[in-house]
Amino acid sequence: MGIEITTLKERCKGCNICAAFCPKKILAMDTLGKVYVTDEKACINCGQCELRCPDYAIYVEKKVEK
Amino acid sequence: MRSYEKYFRMNRLPHIWCPGCGNGIVMKSIAKAAEQLGLDQDNTVIVSGIGCSSRASGYMNFDTLHTAHGRAIPFATGIKLANPKLKVIVITGDGDCTAIGGNHFIHGARRNIDLTVILFNNNIYGMTGGQASPLTPTGKKATTAPFGSVDTAFDPCELAKAAGASYIARGTAFHAKPLVDLIAQGISNNGFSLVEAITQCPISYGRRNKMGDAAGMLKWMSENAVPLAAYEKLAEEQKGDKFPIGVLYQKTAPEYSAEYAKVIKLAQGGK
Repeated sequence: MGIEITTLKERCKGCNICAAFCPKKILAMDTLGKVYVTDEKACINCGQCELRCPDYAIYVEKKVEK
Repeated sequence: MRSYEKYFRMNRLPHIWCPGCGNGIVMKSIAKAAEQLGLDQDNTVIVSGIGCSSRASGYMNFDTLHTAHGRAIPFATGIKLANPKLKVIVITGDGDCTAIGGNHFIHGARRNIDLTVILFNNNIYGMTGGQASPLTPTGKKATTAPFGSVDTAFDPCELAKAAGASYIARGTAFHAKPLVDLIAQGISNNGFSLVEAITQCPISYGRRNKMGDAAGMLKWMSENAVPLAAYEKLAEEQKGDKFPIGVLYQKTAPEYSAEYAKVIKLAQGGK
């Protein structure tokens, strides 16, 4: 079981809302100003980034292994 | 990909709103509310006026109408009267709704016609370069008010209540989850519903008023938006910049398209 964060760089505008609200501080902007995940294992699946992303550029999902 | 995204025109995304603009959050809340209610895309019409917020109609996968500035409510009234079975949602901005379309807004509310008006309130005319709108708070800066706005701002919720609307709610982009329920309740209400959604405009409003970036403005909302019950308990001096959120007012009143149908029947000689 793991948590998967999907980022859609073609939608991201680098507004930094997700990074500011991430309680684990594992989101950051790259040199092109697009979001990337620094440490996916630390994600707690709170969904704060997805909830407030104005550009629908980030999704968090809990993957259940079969 | 989320299930509510079926309500978006995917080939139109990404939208053109500025980085950090709250309109995207509110538009997502509308899509989620539509999903919650299971709205039929062929029986729901989205009507919008002109402005940043009103561009949302172009991104939403319903029958949509992008109309003249301030005139979304008259167009929506026409649609509702032509086919009362349709669910009609109006997307409008603070300038569009309370300045250019102010008169239409109060008369829509007065008739209590079954429309759901979702007012994206970013306190500024964003698209045209940051002019002060009737919802720019007193003392806040805009390109047309470089020393701060002198005018007193409208409270659109009180305005709608006085005019006769039957469901009035306020939410914010920060409180994105409760906003979905407020919009869904507004759509379900048989009468004129106003949902004021406070959104952030970091480019034209926040930056000029030193409110920080988009995240800073969202934090401002989280600190200043107070649920209605808690807001009523605050002493006058504690209120300051704070404002109530949640369902602010509800009443039952005759709905206009139903009343109008009675007139049609009478005019045709029926009883």
